[in-house]
Amino acid sequence: MSEFHSDNNFSLTRKSHALQTRARLIQCIRDFFIHLDFLEVETPVRIPSPAPEEHIEAIRSEDWFLQTSPELAMKRMLAAGYPRIFQISKCFRAGERGHLHLPEYTMLEWYVAGFDYRELMNQCEGMIWSVARAMNLEAFVRQGRKIQADPPWERVTVAQAFSQHAPMSVEEALAQDKFDEMLVEHIEPKLGFNRPAFLYDYPAGLASLARLKEDNPSVGERFELYIGGLEIANGFSELTDANEQRRRFEEALKKRAAKNRARYDMPEKFLRSLDDLPPCAGIALGIDRLAMLCVGADKIDDVVAFAPDDL
Amino acid sequence: MYTASDLKKGLRLKIDGDPYVITEFNFVKPGKGQALYRTKLKNMINGNQFERTFRSVDNFEQADLREKTMQYLYKEGDKYCFMDNENYEQVYLTEEQVDEAVNFMTDNIEVEILLFEDKPIGISLPNFVELVVTEAEPWAKGDTAAGNTKPVKVQTGYTILVPTFVTEGEKIRIDTRTGEYLTRVKG
Repeated sequence: MSEFHSDNNFSLTRKSHALQTRARLIQCIRDFFIHLDFLEVETPVRIPSPAPEEHIEAIRSEDWFLQTSPELAMKRMLAAGYPRIFQISKCFRAGERGHLHLPEYTMLEWYVAGFDYRELMNQCEGMIWSVARAMNLEAFVRQGRKIQADPPWERVTVAQAFSQHAPMSVEEALAQDKFDEMLVEHIEPKLGFNRPAFLYDYPAGLASLARLKEDNPSVGERFELYIGGLEIANGFSELTDANEQRRRFEEALKKRAAKNRARYDMPEKFLRSLDDLPPCAGIALGIDRLAMLCVGADKIDDVVAFAPDDL
Repeated sequence: MYTASDLKKGLRLKIDGDPYVITEFNFVKPGKGQALYRTKLKNMINGNQFERTFRSVDNFEQADLREKTMQYLYKEGDKYCFMDNENYEQVYLTEEQVDEAVNFMTDNIEVEILLFEDKPIGISLPNFVELVVTEAEPWAKGDTAAGNTKPVKVQTGYTILVPTFVTEGEKIRIDTRTGEYLTRVKG
């Protein structure tokens, strides 16, 4: 450590505090789940095909792909009788590079049999709060603003958020194909600055692998967690209906084909396993971005030892 | 022709007949949503700025710009004078056009002058320059903690953060694209 003041690795040595905080964060997350009797699992990073989603581009690895998320493999484990599992793994997405994006990043993903999305939101809130306390973190920091992690956090539906912050309703945004634009320009910058905020009940067309609400099938039981305007996590009540899931995958594949995007295969083994999938909820959380909030970093590059440009 | 994935800070585009440079660039993408490219664009002639968000399907025209190597001579009023190394002609740029490059410009430095339809409109510096530290607090012994920095002034008057061991009179290499310290230069 005495060579720290040599300037050959100046930008790397400057990250020392961030990298120590990041390591502590991951350790505390692991402790939390192990104490709750979750099983830590490892599923393959190299897979034949990712879940067919319209806007997620996988990186090729020979004739297979690098995972964009461990979702399909983990749900197969749930279907096989593992009721509480978590995983911290590297995920890869082509073309994603910016202040908040690395093509290779670290994802925490966990699943709980018997939970729905509301119970999972509560657990997510409890997990992050207790991890923040275990780390002796006074507050999260984003753009110089402090965000306290103690519950209760804010909960706002997508429809409410559009009517409060966007210049058009969620229906109008969908009709004009401006949902994502409205989200990033008008809504995300307002979310999670007092307390972390859950945005929930997504339009059915954006439900992805979430089940639709029984009493209101126009929305899916999907939520996203925002802290200081940063999208941190995405969770669902998982869709367990294989026919409905196949129909959604087919739709995504059709849209991908129309835009000449890489061809993904229908994940048949996953679809077969859905018959045994118990009611459950699952969530994916970006570790790098949570680490950014712990140290008040502006860029995701600040919380990893090496970004692509450093190699 | 550029596509949205070519966009980055510093890229120059032609929009409605004028050259624009991207001054701020941000890739944004909701996890499951579309990739969006948020930009702030600056008109390279009149300096006007505006923000625009592009999508991955958008295309862009390249701005017809070329660069010529010239030498910085002197400042006269609010104009900076440069000499064309080939034909010794002198051209002038305004303070606005020189902008942050002034932080790294020493007398007689060779720079690239940007021409849009043969009219000088801007300047680009070598990626790296070496400047002498003219004002620095001395290095406190024992201050070797990782990543510690201090501000120093270089010969152009620019203030920059450097590791604490850098001392007055030393030459340092600076990345002109980021304005950040890279390393000390020996001798």
